[in-house]
Amino acid sequence: MPQNNKILEVKNLKTYFYTDDGIVKAVDGVSFDLKELETLGIVGETGSGKSVTALSILRLIPQPPGKIVDGEILFKGQNILDMNIKELQDFRGNRISMIFQDPMTSLNPVFTIGNQLMEAILAHQTITKKQAREKSFQLLEMVGIPDIKRRFNSYPHEFSGGMRQRVMIAMAIANNPDILIADEPTTALDVTIQAQILELMHELKEKTKSSIIIITHDLGVVAKYANRVMVMYAGKPVEFSEVDKIFYKPCHPYTIGLMRSITRLDQERKNVLKPIEGSPPSLIDLPIGCIFRVRCEFAVKQCSLSYPELLEVSPGHYSACFRANELFAGFKNLDFLKTKK
Amino acid sequence: MVYFIIRRILQIIPVIIGVTLLLFILLYIIPEDPAQLILQKGATPEALANLRAKMGIDQPIYVQYWRYIKGLFSGNLGTSYRYQRSVNSILAEHYPYSIKLAFAAIIIEIIIGIFAGIISAIKKYSIWDVLVTISTTILVCVPVYWLGMILQVTFGLKLGWLPMSGYGDGSIRYYILPAVTLASVSTAFVARMMRSTMLEALSNDYITTAYAKGLSQFKVIGKHAMKNALIPVVTLIGLDLGSLMGGAILTETVFNWPGVGRTIYLAILQRDAPVVVGGTVILVGIFIIMNLIVDIIYAWLDPRIRFEKVEPNI
Amino acid sequence: MESEKKDKFNINSHVEEGEVAIELAEDFFMERKYSRTSLYKDAWKRLKRNKLAMFGLSIVILLILIALFAPFLSTHDPIARVKEDSLLGPNKEYWFGTDLLGRDIFSRIIYGSRVSLEVGIIAVGISVLIGLSLGAISGYFGNIPDTIIMRIADIFFAFPYILGAIAIMTVLGPGIINIFIAIGLLGWASFARIFRGSILSIKNKEYIEAARALGASNSRIIIKHIFPNAFAPIIVYATMNVGTAIIVEAALSFLGIGVQPPNPAWGKMLSEALDYIDVAPWMMVFPGLAILITVLGFVLLGDGLRDAFDPKLK
Repeated sequence: MPQNNKILEVKNLKTYFYTDDGIVKAVDGVSFDLKELETLGIVGETGSGKSVTALSILRLIPQPPGKIVDGEILFKGQNILDMNIKELQDFRGNRISMIFQDPMTSLNPVFTIGNQLMEAILAHQTITKKQAREKSFQLLEMVGIPDIKRRFNSYPHEFSGGMRQRVMIAMAIANNPDILIADEPTTALDVTIQAQILELMHELKEKTKSSIIIITHDLGVVAKYANRVMVMYAGKPVEFSEVDKIFYKPCHPYTIGLMRSITRLDQERKNVLKPIEGSPPSLIDLPIGCIFRVRCEFAVKQCSLSYPELLEVSPGHYSACFRANELFAGFKNLDFLKTKK
Repeated sequence: MVYFIIRRILQIIPVIIGVTLLLFILLYIIPEDPAQLILQKGATPEALANLRAKMGIDQPIYVQYWRYIKGLFSGNLGTSYRYQRSVNSILAEHYPYSIKLAFAAIIIEIIIGIFAGIISAIKKYSIWDVLVTISTTILVCVPVYWLGMILQVTFGLKLGWLPMSGYGDGSIRYYILPAVTLASVSTAFVARMMRSTMLEALSNDYITTAYAKGLSQFKVIGKHAMKNALIPVVTLIGLDLGSLMGGAILTETVFNWPGVGRTIYLAILQRDAPVVVGGTVILVGIFIIMNLIVDIIYAWLDPRIRFEKVEPNI
Repeated sequence: MESEKKDKFNINSHVEEGEVAIELAEDFFMERKYSRTSLYKDAWKRLKRNKLAMFGLSIVILLILIALFAPFLSTHDPIARVKEDSLLGPNKEYWFGTDLLGRDIFSRIIYGSRVSLEVGIIAVGISVLIGLSLGAISGYFGNIPDTIIMRIADIFFAFPYILGAIAIMTVLGPGIINIFIAIGLLGWASFARIFRGSILSIKNKEYIEAARALGASNSRIIIKHIFPNAFAPIIVYATMNVGTAIIVEAALSFLGIGVQPPNPAWGKMLSEALDYIDVAPWMMVFPGLAILITVLGFVLLGDGLRDAFDPKLK
C-alpha cells in the first residue's frame, strides 16, 4: 500500500522545444507528486506532453531544441534540476530508472544483451565483472528470460519484442531504484504480451519496494495498476485524482470524453462508443483560455477568456475546468453514459 | 561467419568476369592496329601479318577473350606495345611506390576524417562544425591535381619547406605533399559521412537509454554511438578506394611519383593500350578485394548482417 | 449505318469512362494533384530558405549565362595566339594573364564554361536516360531482367569512375563526343538503382493496385504514377552528378585524353600550366578556381535540393 510521504514532487514544470516553426510548449506548468510505493498513472493522447514530462524528470530532453525553462523536480527534497552532470550521472538509472516505449529501438543493436545489462550494473556498483555477470543472471531470471546462459550473449535482434522489454526492465531494476518510470511500456507489443509485461512490473514493484510512474494512453492499464492518475491535455494537467474517483466521477470534460470512448463491461450494449470530436491542437501559439474548449460540449463564455486553474472538487481530486463543481455535483443529471444519438 | 565470407567471394566472381569482359571489349575495338603501332611505318604487309598471327589478334574475338582470361588468371597481363616487355614486369616495377603512397593517404584519411567528423557532430553548429563543414564542402569540389599544384607552389616553391616532386630518397618529406593531395577528397567525404552517421546515431533511442542508465557522455558517445556510426564510414572508406586509385593517376602525374598511376598516364600518352588496361585491371582488382575485406569487417561490426541468411534484393 | 455509329459511340464512351474511372481512382487513392504540387511548393520554400543552396543556384545560373553570352563577355579571341604576349601576368589588357602561346586566359576561361556545361548536362542526360530505362525494366518486371541488370550495375559500381573514363577514352580516342559517351556510360548505375528502388517501394501500394485493377497499362502506370514519385531523387542525383561529370572531364582533359587543343577546356589549361607553375602561376590559379566554383555550385544546389525534398535527412 502507498505510504504518505512524498518521494517525488514536480512543481510547475515547463519544458519547451524551440523549433523553426515556433516554440512548442510540450509541457506547460505540470505539478504532481508521487508517494512511496505508489503507482501513478499519467494518461493522455499522443502529443499531450506525458512522455516529455517523464523525460524531463531525468533531464533526458535533447537540448537543443528542448529546454526545461521553469519548475522544480524534488526527489526526497533535492532538486534534480540543480544537480551537476556528475551528480546526475550517479542519479540516473540508480535512484530513478526508466523503461521506454519501443524495445526494438531502445536497445543498442550492436552490443549483446549481457554487455548492456552489465554496463548498467557497473555504472553504479563497484563490483568485479564476474560479480556483475552473476548479478545479470539473477536479474534475467527475475524478469523471466529462459535459457539465460545462451541468451546472455545474444544480440537484441535475436529477441522478440516482449523479451526485449523484459531485458529493459531487468536493466531498469538492476540498481534497486526508488522510482521506475515506464513510458508506454507496452504500446509497441502484442496484446497478449502486454498483460505479461504489466504483471511482471507489478510483481517486481512489490518485490523491490519501489514507486512506479506509468505513462500510457490505455485507461484499462491505469484502472488496473495505478493508485492515482493524472490526465494531461496539450501539455497541461487537466484532472488529477485517485483512480476510483476519476473513473466513477470524472470532473473534466476531456476525461469524460476519454471514458466514453472506451468499451466497458458494465455498460449496456445499446450504448454506442463515442469518440471525442476534433483533434488535439498544435502546441505552437496556443490560444488564450482553455485549450480544450473547441472540442468541449460544456464550454461557456468564460472558457475563452482565461485558463482555468486546478480546482479541488473533493479532497485530493483536482480538475482544471470552470464547471468542475457543476460536473461533480450534477453528475447524475448529466447522465453521460447514456449517449443519445 | 565462414558462410558469409564464402558467399561474398562467390558473389564477386561474376563481377570480375564482367569487368574483364568489359575491358577486353574495349581493348578489342581499339581502332588502331597494334601491329602497325609496334612495327612503326614502313613495315611490310607480310611482317604485319606475321606479327598479328604471333599476337593472336587475327583470331575471332571469343578465342582472344579466352586467351586473355587464361592469361589474366595465370597472372599474365599481356605485352606492352611500346617496350616489348611484359606488362607484369612494368607494373611490378612501379607498384610498391603506389602502395606506399596509398597507405600514407589512407592513414591521413582515417585519422583526420574521423576525428573532424566526430568533433563536428558533437559540437554541432559550433565554430568547429562550421569550419569542418566549409572546408569539406570545398575539398570535395577541388580537382585533386590542382590542389597538388597549389601545394607544390606554396610549400615547395614559395616556402621551400618540402620537396616539390619526385620520390627522392624515399624519406617522409617526399611523401607529405602527394599523400595529403591524394587523401584530400576522401578525407572530406569521410569527415562528412562521420558527421552525419554520428548525428544519426546520437538521435537513436538507445542513446537515451544509455544516458538513462547513468553513463557518462564520453561512454555514450565513445561506445554506443561510435560503433553504430563507424559501420557506414568503414564501408565508405572501402568504397572510396576506387577514387583513391583514380586520384593516384592524377596525383602521381603532378608529383612525378614513380608509381603505377604515372605509368598509366605515360602509357596513355604513348597509346600503349595493354599497359593502360592492365594497370586498370590491377587497380580494379585491388578495389574489389578491398571491398570484400570491408564487407567482412562490416559483418564483424554489425551483428545483424552476420546472421542474415539470404540477402534481400531490394 | 445508324447502329454502327451507335456502336462506335458506345465503344468510345466506354473507353472514356474507363479513363475517367482510372483518373478518379488515382485522385482518390493518393490525392495526387494536391500532394504533388504541395511537395514541390514546400520543397521550393525550403530551398529558398537555404542560403547555401541559393548561393549554389546563383553560381549555376551565372555559369549558364556566361556560357550563353561567351562571345560578348570575352575580351579576346580565345584561340588567337599573340607570340610577343607569351606568359604575361595579369594586367589591364589581359585580366587573367596569358599562356605560353600568348592566348588570353580570361577569354579561354569564359569559353571553357561551354565545354564544362555541355559535358555536365549531356553526359548526365545520357546517364539518366540509360539509368531510367534499365531501372524501369528492372524494377517493374523483376526476376531475370532484374537480376541481370542489377549485376551489370554492380560491375559499373565496382568500376572507379575516373579509371573507367580513362580506359574508355584511351580506346575511343580524345574528343568531346567521346567524353559524353564515356562519362554518360559510366554514370547510369546509380540512376537505375534509384528508379528501381522507387518502383519497388510503390509497386504494391493500393493506388497502383487500384489503377491496375481498373485496366491501366504498364507504361501508363510507369509514366503517370511511378515517374513523378521518383522525380525528386533523380533530380537531386542528376544535379550532383553534373558536378562529378565536370570534374571528370577536367581530369580527362588534364591527362590529355579529353578535349583537344586548341579548344579551351579548364582541365587542359591546367595541364598546360603544369610545366610553368614556377614562372607563370596565374596559368593554373584561374582555371582551377573556375572548376572549383562551378562544381561547388552544383554540389551546393544538389545538397540543397536533397534537403528540400527530404527534410528528414537533414
